[in-house]
Amino acid sequence: MTLTHYVVLAAILFSIGATTVLVRRNAIIVFMGVELMLNATNLALVTFSRMHGNLTGQVLAFFVMTVAAAEVVIGLAIIISIFRTRRSASVDDVNLLKG
Amino acid sequence: MIASLTSAGQTTTGEAILFWILAIVMVLAAFGLLFARKAVHAALSLVVVMIGLAFMYVAQDAPFLGVVQVVVYTGAIMMLFLFVLMLVGVDASDSLTETLRGQRWIAVVGGLGLLVVLVGVVGRAHYGAATGLTDANADSNPVALARVVFGDYPFALEVVGALLITAAVGAITLTHRRRLSPRVTQRDRSEARVLDGTIAGKPVPGVYARHNAMDVPALGPDGQPIDASVSRVLRVRGQEADAEEYAARIDRVLAGDWANAPATGVEAAALPGASSIEESGQTAEIADEGAVAAAKEQS
Repeated sequence: MTLTHYVVLAAILFSIGATTVLVRRNAIIVFMGVELMLNATNLALVTFSRMHGNLTGQVLAFFVMTVAAAEVVIGLAIIISIFRTRRSASVDDVNLLKG
Repeated sequence: MIASLTSAGQTTTGEAILFWILAIVMVLAAFGLLFARKAVHAALSLVVVMIGLAFMYVAQDAPFLGVVQVVVYTGAIMMLFLFVLMLVGVDASDSLTETLRGQRWIAVVGGLGLLVVLVGVVGRAHYGAATGLTDANADSNPVALARVVFGDYPFALEVVGALLITAAVGAITLTHRRRLSPRVTQRDRSEARVLDGTIAGKPVPGVYARHNAMDVPALGPDGQPIDASVSRVLRVRGQEADAEEYAARIDRVLAGDWANAPATGVEAAALPGASSIEESGQTAEIADEGAVAAAKEQS
């Protein structure tokens, strides 16, 4: 087994996350799809770090995790405030700007 | 530290076994995210994927990131997701109606296309022999990482700190709700109850001779079910027991029938001792129905 397997697994997880974002309607599950994509890129970064014997990839994965935490906090706060005003967590119901 | 890669860039057999087991479990759990009907199930399957990723980080000579993955992702982020799921409500299941026709299939085809392109490019690329992290991790992985973070990227670290503070303040601002009505204290509630005439408190569910469960509405003095006695959550979920059915049972018992049987003429005639129930109320099987009947007559 070579390290390519890890990168292929990261690609598969990224595709599943992207499909989740496109298919699901519940805003929270859509958000989980984004998280899965971020995790897949982290796996690819760690694998590349090991391939090249350079720790910068791991540091970048660490920064990605931090930014993902901030992003989740803000995104969930937005979902909660939308739910308070519209009583719905579905991405289809946010259509006030539609003509 | 033992070298985890052979000179040709191959992994050890143990790591290969770990990879294949974890990869299968993780891909299946990721499909759970795609297909789970309830949002809580999707969240739990994402937890499985993240813990599998933590195992893989540790196996790939990144123990610090493995621990951070467990603490930050599964410990903090996914628990935040579960908190929000509980806040948003128990009926947060996905709607199946399509507002854009064919959007689901187009999305699936797009995802498959992305998969083919990514795996095709990444799987066929030539990377050269892998170096491994044995030299870079000579003074343990966290020490080496700290040298890179604080030596090469101190500015990025400060920016990330500012970002985290901004995110925390932003989350507080977004979820803050100004109180529009004065706070209802316990004293206000009790005074309102006295004025309302219901000093004894609101009815609780299940105070009923046959059924003592949370989902059974209480019966008023008139024998009618009190809807307010069942928890609102149960009613939203559709798990409330049928109040009409329990009221109808009382009527059937008062009419001298079994509680559960439909009151058809043939079955009522076939019941053994159906007429003596009202008089004696001693039969062990239907003693509770008799108690209900007695309670109703008293009221």
